[in-house]
Amino acid sequence: MPYTLIDHTADIGICITGDTLTDLFVEAATAMFDQLTDTARLSGAHRKQIEITGIDRPDLLVNFLRELLSFWTIDACLVKNVRIHYINDEHLTADIRFDEYTPETHEILKDIKAVTYHGISVDETDAGWGATIIFDV
Amino acid sequence: MRVPARIYSSPSMIAAIKKEETIQQLVNVAQLPGILTAALAMPDIHWGYGFPIGGVAAFDCDEGVISPGGVGYDINCGVRLAATNLTEAEARPRLEDMVNALFNAIPCGVGSTGSVRLSHTDLKKVLKTGSRWAVENGFGDESDIRHTEDNGCMEDADPAAVTDRALDRGKNQLGTLGSGNHFLEIGVVDEIFDEPAAQAFGLTQGRITVLLHTGSRGLGHQTCDDFLASMAKRLHIDGVPVPDRQLACARISSPSGEKYYRAMASAANFAWANRQILMHQAKEVLMRVFNIGPRDLAMRLVYDVCHNIAKFETHTVDGKKQRVCVHRKGATRSFPPGHPDLCPEYRHTGQPILIPGDMGTASYVLAGTEGSMAETFGSTCHGAGRVLSRTAAKKAAQGRSLSRELEDKGILVRWTGRSTLAEEMPDAYKDITQVVDVVHGSGISKKVAILRPLAVAKG
Repeated sequence: MPYTLIDHTADIGICITGDTLTDLFVEAATAMFDQLTDTARLSGAHRKQIEITGIDRPDLLVNFLRELLSFWTIDACLVKNVRIHYINDEHLTADIRFDEYTPETHEILKDIKAVTYHGISVDETDAGWGATIIFDV
Repeated sequence: MRVPARIYSSPSMIAAIKKEETIQQLVNVAQLPGILTAALAMPDIHWGYGFPIGGVAAFDCDEGVISPGGVGYDINCGVRLAATNLTEAEARPRLEDMVNALFNAIPCGVGSTGSVRLSHTDLKKVLKTGSRWAVENGFGDESDIRHTEDNGCMEDADPAAVTDRALDRGKNQLGTLGSGNHFLEIGVVDEIFDEPAAQAFGLTQGRITVLLHTGSRGLGHQTCDDFLASMAKRLHIDGVPVPDRQLACARISSPSGEKYYRAMASAANFAWANRQILMHQAKEVLMRVFNIGPRDLAMRLVYDVCHNIAKFETHTVDGKKQRVCVHRKGATRSFPPGHPDLCPEYRHTGQPILIPGDMGTASYVLAGTEGSMAETFGSTCHGAGRVLSRTAAKKAAQGRSLSRELEDKGILVRWTGRSTLAEEMPDAYKDITQVVDVVHGSGISKKVAILRPLAVAKG
């Protein structure tokens, strides 16, 4: 999978790669929900469109993941996948597929409480794109 | 740096601190506008978001800033300690019943919700009145209020400053422990260092205690997140650089700064109400398990402290009394004897300070001193502080039965979550005795008693 976990004293982080900025953001969303639950058990039965803005790419990524995390923290829903329709450095629109959480079906592996700016990076590389994000757990 | 950075530590602990980015974070804090005297680090310091955890920073009210990162995501994460008349000899035969009953009665773990379900309207009453809301709704006694820091309510709270998102996130979580390093612990007063202070605090050697660690749950987290986002955006618009985005801040006197403070105070009140409810529930469990009434249990609140907060307090700066905004992130207030904010029964001892260690070792009760007012804006440490990452802790736990190791030490533990016990294992934390010895030795608080754990319920 195009992400790896970063070892941090109190919390967890991920390093993500993608061929395009779109791929990077989709992978970041996948990586975050992979920490929360076994996403293979999700069906993506429900759908919602979101629109996110940011002051720059790192802020856009943090705001994007914040919005997705609120699916869990506020609405008790688990995101199966994301399809980004449009993205530039400050703006994106996306379709989100998700399930409503049921304790009998979905095991929660870890409690992600916030997406932080700590060590945030979103960079274009020779191989495409890379990003680093730390989550508060 | 506008002021120096000062670290309270020991030769055995400083090497580990230097390995992380903690010192750079302290240096970053020392650059913030309006910071006074020094950016301070307590001996349990480790890296955090923006401010390090175990950090204390005070700011001038006119020139200085207020920062959500200087308080932490879990606003008013704190500790509550109650003493009882039960002896260890009485408790030991019923220990398993007790920890099982507590674990079943107290909602804990990821996604847990409480039995207290509130509309936004009622939740706002909690945010405005804190512990008093809980007492007026049948959770605990009036006497608990004055044994709680700030009487369990920051009166500047304005629930209108809290977003609907934060309200939605918190409305079903009142009366829940949470997850991670939150816990409810049955312990025993093991050793007393200061007999008069222990007596004033109601601590007797060999008697059972109940120690609780939790905070403002999702409501606090969302409040911090909301204001980090809005302040970061404002700084960008104004072209103000910060060395770390998690240090997003606003002038204390600005509309944004004032709004954050009032929202933070609201979240703090939620946390106090939460701990008031949880301790009341623990009391009911103990009465049921031992089949005794409140008079025989004689459970009374020793104190409740917060260790993630920003407060307006009066301190001496360059020889003059000044109102300042003290940020304590993973640090505890340590007010000395005679301080007017203390209740009458603690005015001759100094404020009780509750310092939880890891689940296998000990927790400490300290008392506030004049030294803290002179050196650390009335502050001291808050706990053990992590030394191992969660990944490293899980690796160290492989092949071990941690629950059996704890049982061999006479400690029963109950937990939720596959990796909770490994991630929270004793080896993952600093040695609490070393941490406490530093604050005691430097005079910013003094040892009163050690509590030995007997049973722990973890989320």
